[in-house]
Amino acid sequence: MHANSQYRGLRSRKLRAEFSIVDSVLALRKLPAFGDIVKVLVPVKRVVDYNVKVRVKADNSGVDIANVKMSMNPFCEIAVEEAVRLKEKGSATEIVAVSAGVTQCQETLRNAMAIGADRGILIETDAELQPLAVAKLLKAIVDKEQPQLVILGKQAIDDDSNQTGQMLAALLNWGQATFASKVEIEGGAAKVTCEVDGGLETVSIKLPAIITTDLRLNEPRYATLPNIMKAKKKQLDIVKPADLGVDVTPRLATLKVEEPPKRKGGVKVADVAALIDKLKNEAKVI
Amino acid sequence: MANLVIAEHDHGSLKAATLNVISAAVEIGGDVHVLIAGHNAKAAADAAAQVAGVSKVLLADGAAHAHRLPENAAAQIVAIASGYSHILAPATPYGKAVAPRVAALLDKAQISDIIKVVDADTFVRPIYAGNAYATVKSSDSVKVITVRGTAFGAAAKTGGFSSVETLAAVGDTALSSFVSAEIVKSERPELTAAKIVVSGGRGLGSGDKYREVLTPLADKLGAAMGASRAAVDAGYVPNDYQVGQTGKIVAPDLYVAIGVSGAIQHLAGMKDSKVIVAINKDPDAPIFSVADYGLVADLFEAVPELAAKL
Ligand SMILES: Cc1cc2nc3c(=O)[nH]c(=O)nc-3n(C[C@H](O)[C@H](O)[C@H](O)COP(=O)(O)OP(=O)(O)OC[C@H]3O[C@@H](n4cnc5c(N)ncnc54)[C@H](O)[C@@H]3O)c2cc1C
Ligand SMILES: Nc1ncnc2c1ncn2[C@@H]1O[C@H](COP(=O)(O)O)[C@@H](O)[C@H]1O
Repeated sequence: MHANSQYRGLRSRKLRAEFSIVDSVLALRKLPAFGDIVKVLVPVKRVVDYNVKVRVKADNSGVDIANVKMSMNPFCEIAVEEAVRLKEKGSATEIVAVSAGVTQCQETLRNAMAIGADRGILIETDAELQPLAVAKLLKAIVDKEQPQLVILGKQAIDDDSNQTGQMLAALLNWGQATFASKVEIEGGAAKVTCEVDGGLETVSIKLPAIITTDLRLNEPRYATLPNIMKAKKKQLDIVKPADLGVDVTPRLATLKVEEPPKRKGGVKVADVAALIDKLKNEAKVI
Repeated sequence: MANLVIAEHDHGSLKAATLNVISAAVEIGGDVHVLIAGHNAKAAADAAAQVAGVSKVLLADGAAHAHRLPENAAAQIVAIASGYSHILAPATPYGKAVAPRVAALLDKAQISDIIKVVDADTFVRPIYAGNAYATVKSSDSVKVITVRGTAFGAAAKTGGFSSVETLAAVGDTALSSFVSAEIVKSERPELTAAKIVVSGGRGLGSGDKYREVLTPLADKLGAAMGASRAAVDAGYVPNDYQVGQTGKIVAPDLYVAIGVSGAIQHLAGMKDSKVIVAINKDPDAPIFSVADYGLVADLFEAVPELAAKL
């Protein structure tokens, strides 16, 4: 919003002349510099809900995700929320959500639009998509849409890859700030505080750029019913990988998927003395 | 076959995780070269040259690498990548920022967080918060890998006598710049390398209580301190204390979970510990399903008693 909007009421009266100088000074100081209001692309992945404990299929071909609850990857929700907050602060113009995968990813996109994304793009395919392929698909969308910022989740909680954002940054030759816990847009750059070993590190990345979200960046809002209804009317375009000229052939073959070794059940001890005895004499770890 | 290990270091010394990556590279087989991309980092290169199993150290020393920016590191790695069959980095925030960028620049897949080398093309990695282990085989000519430190022993810090070769530092991409860092210095062992970890959850109630109740126990045990996400989110402790699917993976000899419920995302980060102790007042808390020794008690009574009696 314009910094001088608070003077609009005054302007209709005769005070305009007195305030016009103040107005222009304020405008110079507070309005974001040209280029600081960015278009944001937010890739969102449909994954098994984080509350579901998946089971490995009996034939070891994968995990059984038939009939389990699917949701938007939690880190992607945080990414959408951050984009919406940037828009609310006046730092973002339009927010485009993108999802690659099966037809049902439309639900994920509607969900993103209910949080506040303006429109959605589904890259529709039944093929298995690995991070490099997703990054290539997203690059094709970036080339078309020309956003100045792409905000992704740091990690998808199904494949736990933690790759796509960094790969997209590489393909575009853009800067990247990963594991973000704070984002500010200013002076043609994004100042991003990142979670690193030992604490926090702040970097400045030139726009256009890639940001990946960590858990503490924000707490996503709940989509309200009116916003869910509004989201149903927002634009949702569908493209195919072939339309984008991207080869999505997997580079990694999954040979088998197994249950991790089970821990054998332990015992409950009666009191602190019994615990110390066990640790000293049975486990011999202290 | 030759492996390039991307060292994590602070210019003066190697970070512990680098030693685990070197072990994984040795298991793959072939020469093991270690890249130190840093600034005034001769000491780190000399340390790497002494690590058992390393055949050559490459030192790319320059201002572009002073803050270990991933854009610059990736450009440096790509400049020397030809000739390597495997490029390996630790699965730490640094390695995770760099390795996928390198892989995409080379048009290769990246294999995240491996816990086992089956053969030079085939690796095991956890998926779904460690609820399944996938064996994956790569068809790429170069394998770009991040290694889960806890799954591989640390290479011996001494015993090697490799040469240090100095490279021209390239890779000043000017895409990003360092602004500031808030790094918490701790006298305690590093969380991911510690033999004993004392970890606290929301049950502690506040940061003050976390410190008041857990510090004496951790001091007695010489332990590193960790936390659940809930404890970090509530501001009891800094973010790098978080153990779990999206935090740090630990596998100490002894993990003591105090006031932690045991959500799957937390278990993903600690269930490979040798011995797990849980102290929780709720007898049905899921943490007890992975604990070797469970004590159902009020932590505010049990933990001070435990610290006093040790
Ligand atoms: C995408 C995603 C990623 C996540 N990643 C992680 C992660 O990496 N690591 C992680 O830890 N979590 C992670 N979580 C969060 C996880 O789901 C849980 O919410 C979190 O682990 C709970 O923390 P807690 O056990 O401390 O808190 P709670 O679940 O609230 O448990 C507190 C426990 O303290 C006990 N207690 C309370 N008072 C006392 C007392 N006086 N004496 C003894 N016991 C007491 C209670 O009985 C309870 O069991 C993630 C969640 C999501 C959605
Ligand atoms: N199929 C997909 N569609 C849209 N975004 C994706 C997809 N896969 C990954 N992403 C994005 O990349 C992030 C990291 O995923 P990953 O690299 O798979 O752990 C996710 O949080 C998403 O923002």
